[in-house]
Amino acid sequence: MSDGPFDGRLKETPSQTAGPYVHIGTAPQSIGRPALPNQPGPVAFEGTGAVTVEGIVYDGAGEPVRDAMIEFWGADPDGRVGRNGLFGRTTSDFRTGVYRFRTARPGPLKAGTAPYIAILIFARGINLHLATRLYFPENRAQIDADPDLRRVSPSGRASLTAVKASDGEADYRFDIHLQGENETVFFDV
Amino acid sequence: MTVHPFYRRERNQHPPALTPNYKSSVLRAPFRPLVSPEQAELDWTGPAFGHDMLGPLDNDLIRNASAGGEALGERIIVHGRVLDENARPVPNALIEVWQANAGGRYAHSNDTYLAPLDPNFSGCGRTISGADGTYVFRTIKPGPYPWPNNGSDWRPAHIHLSIFGEAFAQRLITQLYFEGDPLIPLCPIVNTIPDPAIVERLVARLDFKNQMPFDCLAYRFDIVLRGRRQTYFENREEGA
Ligand SMILES: [Fe+3]
Repeated sequence: MSDGPFDGRLKETPSQTAGPYVHIGTAPQSIGRPALPNQPGPVAFEGTGAVTVEGIVYDGAGEPVRDAMIEFWGADPDGRVGRNGLFGRTTSDFRTGVYRFRTARPGPLKAGTAPYIAILIFARGINLHLATRLYFPENRAQIDADPDLRRVSPSGRASLTAVKASDGEADYRFDIHLQGENETVFFDV
Repeated sequence: MTVHPFYRRERNQHPPALTPNYKSSVLRAPFRPLVSPEQAELDWTGPAFGHDMLGPLDNDLIRNASAGGEALGERIIVHGRVLDENARPVPNALIEVWQANAGGRYAHSNDTYLAPLDPNFSGCGRTISGADGTYVFRTIKPGPYPWPNNGSDWRPAHIHLSIFGEAFAQRLITQLYFEGDPLIPLCPIVNTIPDPAIVERLVARLDFKNQMPFDCLAYRFDIVLRGRRQTYFENREEGA
């Protein structure tokens, strides 16, 4: 890249895997070190409208991915993003593979669309992060009518819809399948 | 109205998901094609980070985990600019870094490599780009390390970088390598990128003239994030 006259587009810097030690730089508390000041963590929102999501990222052999770092970004309960957007980060438990985060149940971004939380997955073996979305089971009608989801099969839509949790501390369960029969839908945003 | 504020990611500039010589990818690569939605507000916005969130030593890995001394190793600064595909500087980009110590060992509970830990080094730092997109951090050059893949493979010296631009669509995690490292072309993770010319964009260049005399060598590494379509950008500015 030169500092001279520019006559075309630059190419994006290529991605490389986050590797197994992503925690050091992005979630030090997960390896027993203090979080850095203002570092995003697994709780992005508390109070009225907050929901807790938990799940497991599974590989193609059905084994939990225990080294994943997951980011979530969503609107607030009124559907506002901008500076009101809610961002956070969580990691899979090294032993169980369970990840957990807490944020707002988002409002829809615009009329006629189903509200969702944008999710990115980083891990060893993932060369370029995977983007998916978490939709809510209460919004079945909006999901079925959502223009983005029209090009997704019914089973694909099911893979993007969290399940109401029946026990434990979480409100929703959202498992992610990287590969195979139940593969989650991933997006090229 | 269909708006795609950001250029589509050029997937051929990135490693594909399935790269069998890097064995961890085999069970973690999706098989189905990606779905391309319309870009929405969650894509062209993103979490905002300010310089006031950083501690004074966040960008100095030589001293930010000191147990009384400084980190051991070749002292370097890494600097460059964060730009977008339109060659516009990206200000306030958060760059988080992590790396092994000079012996090739990570301060991470899951790293069992026999090289010793450095009590004065955690390998964790952060910096934020300025108004002109420039960034800088100081560290020690990490050591290469072996890892189980095809028997004992070796990683070239590298620093992991996590970058937030102004939009979630620009999110990127990558690795920086060092000019002249003979391990670069032998590395299965580097070679997940099939085109050596593209790999070159991950190689930091020795920047001898910007050394800190009698202290640190300098390496230069520019980062390019996705860019907004010009027409959209202009329209958006009118109405925003
Ligand atoms: Fe590494």
